[in-house]
Amino acid sequence: MSDIRLVWRKGLNIVMLTLTGVACFAVVAVLFMILGYLVWNGGKSLNWDFFTQLPKPVGEVGGGMANAIVGSLKLLGLAAVIGLPIGLMAGVYLAEFGGSVFSFVTRYTTDLLNGVPSIVMGIFAYTLLVLPVKHFSALAGGMALGVMVVPITVRATEEFLRAVPKSMREGAMALGASKWKTIATVILPAASGGIVTGMLLSLARVAGETAPLLFTAFSNRFWSPGLNQPIASLPVMIYTYAIAPYDDWHRQAWAAGLVLLAMVLVANLGCRLVLNRRGAYRSV
Amino acid sequence: MGTSATTIDHAAPPPAGQRSFVSRLTDGDEVAHLITLVFAAAILLITSLLVYELWINSTLSRAKFGWVFFWTRTWDPVSGDFGAAPFIYGTLVTAVVSLVIAVPLGLAAAIFLAELAPRRVSDSIAFLIDLLAAVPSVIYGLLGIFVIVPLMRTTIGPFLKTTLGFLPFFKGPNYGVGFLTAGIVLAIMIVPFIISVSREVLLTVPREQREAAMGLGATRWESTWQVVVPWARTGVMGSIFLALARALGETMAVTMVIGNDPKIAASLFAPGYTIAAVIANEFTEATGNLYLSALIELGLVLFLMTFILNGLARILIVATERGGGHGAA
Repeated sequence: MSDIRLVWRKGLNIVMLTLTGVACFAVVAVLFMILGYLVWNGGKSLNWDFFTQLPKPVGEVGGGMANAIVGSLKLLGLAAVIGLPIGLMAGVYLAEFGGSVFSFVTRYTTDLLNGVPSIVMGIFAYTLLVLPVKHFSALAGGMALGVMVVPITVRATEEFLRAVPKSMREGAMALGASKWKTIATVILPAASGGIVTGMLLSLARVAGETAPLLFTAFSNRFWSPGLNQPIASLPVMIYTYAIAPYDDWHRQAWAAGLVLLAMVLVANLGCRLVLNRRGAYRSV
Repeated sequence: MGTSATTIDHAAPPPAGQRSFVSRLTDGDEVAHLITLVFAAAILLITSLLVYELWINSTLSRAKFGWVFFWTRTWDPVSGDFGAAPFIYGTLVTAVVSLVIAVPLGLAAAIFLAELAPRRVSDSIAFLIDLLAAVPSVIYGLLGIFVIVPLMRTTIGPFLKTTLGFLPFFKGPNYGVGFLTAGIVLAIMIVPFIISVSREVLLTVPREQREAAMGLGATRWESTWQVVVPWARTGVMGSIFLALARALGETMAVTMVIGNDPKIAASLFAPGYTIAAVIANEFTEATGNLYLSALIELGLVLFLMTFILNGLARILIVATERGGGHGAA
């Protein structure tokens, strides 16, 4: 009796442990399948025109997404200008001045803001910047992305400031520097590498966002000068091209997908390698 | 050197703690405090404004339909009759399907990474899995349309019909797009979150717990499943809630594969619709204030759902990291 039970337990042990390994392997395999599909399909469709040409009128074959690439960069720039200062300063507050109920509430709100669905962020920017003026604009898109940049930046800033050794702080104070001087000339520079990577990581995350742009930045088949007009972006182009019934558009959607994925993954890879080496980072 | 010397000159005489408000002000301490405080307050302001805008801009719809909005099954923009039931149903069904697939898979992978794999291997795989979490959702949608939908039509769908076709979930025509396809795509998207949080929580379980179980003669699996996982269960629950919140709010990938049909159907092969998908699809074409207002109310519902789930998830994860889920210090 007991022998059978022991065999059963040992067998179960091996089977279940193997299954956990298989599960892990399956998940990693999915990553490589995604990469493989995009490199294969996107690589076939990617050409020089993609980077230099405007989209062709509907029905004509060819053309590219030059305006969407520039548009995405412009929207990211706007997001950085709007979101990063708020995130940085709030992070400094939480790490250096906080400690009360107020910072607990701020931290909690930041986490919740991080969890707000991106489509709701789009509605928010729409009600603030599109509804009053009755037209889509790059500014509204940039604002939607900017708000999404804030939470990760706050977290990264706070964590890296806290990771600065106490001795550096005490050294500056001992030399008679005021608290603010200490922060600005000693602590922030010491943590700057980590903070900047955290910021890049947050921008990489919003670079792929589509939902908040659908009804804020909308899209545009032409160049979009200034900030007050609808503007094309890579993610929105991928979406519209993928659901359209034209084969040539599907081809371009794959190409755009490859470009977007390459941008996002390279930024992530770089940032995370730097952060892992520094060791003071918990994945967001 | 130069800067530190000047600083000493400035702030030299009174010892710290006794400096007057004016001197702290000229040093910049109070100013810096105030400025950073304003930015921190800006985060609270933005979040409150978000809720306020959603509430105010959905007034029209809330006033007209009231609570009935939640169980009305018609969505007819032409006659101005709006109900949220098909969208809430679709959102919940796709989320549940994705959890049914992702939780066992994610938990198993997390157990492998935390309990079996050597630390270096575990860290590198966790790194790869973090990359998977960074893939933009529109890319998942692209793969969903061109890879998973055809696969569903030719392979997975027919297979499920022949094996599990007696269940009501797997009856009816299979178009390739629908609840099940959306659930599969969502599962792939949320699995990295479950793995990465669960792995971290499992790694915080004290070594003695495992050693005690093994010492009593438990096999590796028994010690993991009966001791380590229960110890970490609140944190694991937290990771599942986080994943669920993300599944509920996910827009693009779902919009591209769910079929966009506001119907309530028992079959998982049937095309459906989710809250996020209907907002994405119809927002720009919403003619009339009531239509727009109904869509914004859907946004409000979605916001509240994820708001509550995220709050719960945070509390659970913090609770485990502090007390191992047993309330023990």
